[in-house]
Amino acid sequence: MNQTASKKRAARRGFTKALGDIYAVLIYSIFYIPVAVMMIFSFNDADRNFFWKGFTTRWYGELFEFGNHDLWESLAYSLVIAILATIISVVVGVLGGIGLKKFKFVGKKFIDTMIYVPIIVPEIVLAVAMLIIFMTIGVKLGMGTILIGHCTFCIPYAVVTIKGRISGDNETLQEASMDLGANRVQTFWRVTVPSIMPGIMSSAFLSFTLSFDDVVMSNMLAGASQSTLPVLILSMNRTGVTPDVNALTSLIVVFMVVGMLVSNGFTRHRKKKEAKLIAEAESAISAARSKM
Amino acid sequence: MTANAPALKKKRHNRMPMLAQAGPVSIWMILFVTIPMLFIIYISFMSRGTFGGVEYTPTTESYATLMDATYFKVILKSLEVALITTGACLLLGYPFAYYIARKPPEVASKLITLLMIPFWTNSLMRLNAWMLLFQTNGPVNNFLQAIGLTEAPITFIYTPGLVLLGLITNFLPFAVLPMYSSIEKLQKSLLEASADLGATPRTTFLKVTLPLTFPGIFSAIILTFIPALGTYTVTDMLGGGKVLYIGNIIKNQFGAIRNWPLGAALSVLLLVITALLIFLYTRFAKIDDLEVL
Amino acid sequence: MPNSIVSLQHVEKWYGNNHVVKDMNLEIQEGEFLTLLGPSGCGKTTTLRMIAGFEDASSGSILVQGERVEDKEPFQRDVNTVFQNYSLFPHMTVFDNVAYGPTIRKMPKEEIREKVMEMLALVQMDGYEKRKPDALSGGQKQRVAIARALINNPRVLLLDEPLGALDLKLRKQMQVELKRLQKKLGITFVYVTHDQEEAMTMSDRIAVMRNGVIDQLGSPVEVYERPRTKFVADFIGESNVIDGTVESVDGQTIVVKTAGGTVTTVGEGFAAGDPICLSIRPEFLEVSKTPVAGFDMPARIKDFIYAGSVVRTSIDLVGGQEIKLSRFEMDSSLSEGEAVYVWWDPAKSVAIHVEKAAEEVAE
Repeated sequence: MNQTASKKRAARRGFTKALGDIYAVLIYSIFYIPVAVMMIFSFNDADRNFFWKGFTTRWYGELFEFGNHDLWESLAYSLVIAILATIISVVVGVLGGIGLKKFKFVGKKFIDTMIYVPIIVPEIVLAVAMLIIFMTIGVKLGMGTILIGHCTFCIPYAVVTIKGRISGDNETLQEASMDLGANRVQTFWRVTVPSIMPGIMSSAFLSFTLSFDDVVMSNMLAGASQSTLPVLILSMNRTGVTPDVNALTSLIVVFMVVGMLVSNGFTRHRKKKEAKLIAEAESAISAARSKM
Repeated sequence: MTANAPALKKKRHNRMPMLAQAGPVSIWMILFVTIPMLFIIYISFMSRGTFGGVEYTPTTESYATLMDATYFKVILKSLEVALITTGACLLLGYPFAYYIARKPPEVASKLITLLMIPFWTNSLMRLNAWMLLFQTNGPVNNFLQAIGLTEAPITFIYTPGLVLLGLITNFLPFAVLPMYSSIEKLQKSLLEASADLGATPRTTFLKVTLPLTFPGIFSAIILTFIPALGTYTVTDMLGGGKVLYIGNIIKNQFGAIRNWPLGAALSVLLLVITALLIFLYTRFAKIDDLEVL
Repeated sequence: MPNSIVSLQHVEKWYGNNHVVKDMNLEIQEGEFLTLLGPSGCGKTTTLRMIAGFEDASSGSILVQGERVEDKEPFQRDVNTVFQNYSLFPHMTVFDNVAYGPTIRKMPKEEIREKVMEMLALVQMDGYEKRKPDALSGGQKQRVAIARALINNPRVLLLDEPLGALDLKLRKQMQVELKRLQKKLGITFVYVTHDQEEAMTMSDRIAVMRNGVIDQLGSPVEVYERPRTKFVADFIGESNVIDGTVESVDGQTIVVKTAGGTVTTVGEGFAAGDPICLSIRPEFLEVSKTPVAGFDMPARIKDFIYAGSVVRTSIDLVGGQEIKLSRFEMDSSLSEGEAVYVWWDPAKSVAIHVEKAAEEVAE
């Protein structure tokens, strides 16, 4: 009697769990179907993307024949902008995150609010606002203005990430460092930066992806200059995106996943090494103790 | 060293560290956020120049234009689409977030990474992939015809339905993440206490889980509704420029049409809607708790 | 003042409208173990942080080895701190934590290695140098923090409630070790704690602080046996504090009228009619079945509490005040509810001027 009741319960639980798993698979497939389609079509043997005509790797071949100037130029342009935007955003954002967490000054609340504006306000509004200002004061649109645009939404993300990483401990760690004779600059490099390194890494990663993927700012603030890769894709929309773009973006995503796996592997390896050192020290100590 | 040593003049406070750290970000935000935002409000009250651009005579003409039937319809349509997108993201995202949050932490963090990976591909390319799938002679139509559901291919592309699909798939992760982190913070013991006190799972969900995860839900609303309202890339890619939304119209005022004050006024409208939502949000939670990542 | 290694002169500290340290004057002697003792919020930690350089004094001057340090940054001061929460750098190993100071000072690598090992041996942490702080227990972290602070050979070591996070047994053990370490190294320790027992065990001198003021500065015996204020009497150990009025003065002998009866004490500077406050330690309190000369304080035994090493007896006075008596053994001649007469050796009670007591109430 009792057993059947618990069996019923187990069955019900199993059913709920299965339902959850099915649901999760469905949601994940919504996210992965477009990626899969894109990758499949990068092997499509047709000049236009519209029909499936058979398997080929020629798009990858063409990609590396460098006849594809537009694509490579846009990619290079996007990369340069993303790297510069990452560097600027991380420097300004990390310093700002530390400073806004630590110091109190007149207008701090205002700045704290301003940080959230680029995160929350629709990007088009920010882009248009900057465009109007640049046009009015006669700044030439181009890489510089795109860079400013990208940094303006990357910096807030960096600031928020860093602020979240700085715990109350951080302040006393800095005091401990100064107490031991390190000046402010030494303290910054030896204590503050290492202790928020994970935050710095993730804000760098975030800045890079946000900048590299951005369409709106890059489109509005580019003027007549070179297009970034996403802007180029947007402009292809009317005529249809060519399969070589599928090939290129497939390569990029594979590259990023491999990069992530490698970096994960590194941290795991380092952690294992540390654990081994600790274990060694421990056995050494216990050996020494047993001799006494 | 006498007992009444004169009080030292107050040590000059070292402001260098503060300036070096908080200075750049403050200047950046004022130069590139505050000033442009104020300027766009200012411009929205100016007149349109004869050959585009701005003529600096104050007027509320742009706002009057927004009340025109054509523009007003677009605004309503955009609000409606953004609302549907947000609702769909919440309904689809909450159970999904709940599913992830109830997994052990190692599994959950892997599932979250799995969620993020597709977003490393260019968003336009993902939208383009939906186009490929749903085009007239595409896989979906072929499949539907093969199983005999339809005789002739159905036109999916450039329809509002496809735009919605694009919007939802684009913004769903931004709804899932804040809801996930608020569900994850929810203590399991609270649910157990509720069950222990005689509540059915349904009651527990309505009386405990939902209220406690409300900040996450509101974050999700903000992070999907506002961008959905302002987007133009999704509507450009999947709507083929046939259906206009606020974002497209703003963008057009700075391209071919060159009516800056109107574009500015529309932007101000988006700003006002955003501010309103944020104001509502701050009644329930602190702005710092807005899960943006 | 050739012997004072740290000197605070008219030091004031304000946080906005909050007066945290008030006109503090303190001479800390070379090689002594001085404890700043007081309840939380009394300004003891602020005082320590001003010496370390983490806080600026609002006015007044602080001298270390006869030299003013107000304009010196923490890293320019010849003092080191052991922090309450250890503050070990989480991203560095034990070795790197201890080596931090000498590394900053650009000492040769070999020399650093030698010194670090020496320091770790001193705090009995040799063998742990490759560990990260996360893999250490609270007591171990504390030892590393001490080694890290001592490696710079500071003239003064500042300790901010260093044992606060440890459990009772470990605390007691570390108290003894810290005291031994201080004697061995012969450097000055300035120690902050709110635990009066800890202060008693370790200190050469104790500065009892309250509301930003040093109420009393003296050896543990002095502050225990001759508290200068009602607060000190109350805060240090257990004490019976009885309010009254001076009835008559004969030289040093004072007869005091209290709500519970008349008693005799000794003190200076009192005149008949003055309000007075008496402090008498539970171990000095006596009871008798017959009245004792100079005392007219009838009372009743309330109950006995057996607390391991001592027996505490609660006694109800006339007028309702309850006082405590403690003995190492149970006095079998007494029973609960019995009527007794309370008395004590007048020299063992401490007479406190009530202007001070009044001031305490006002604050």
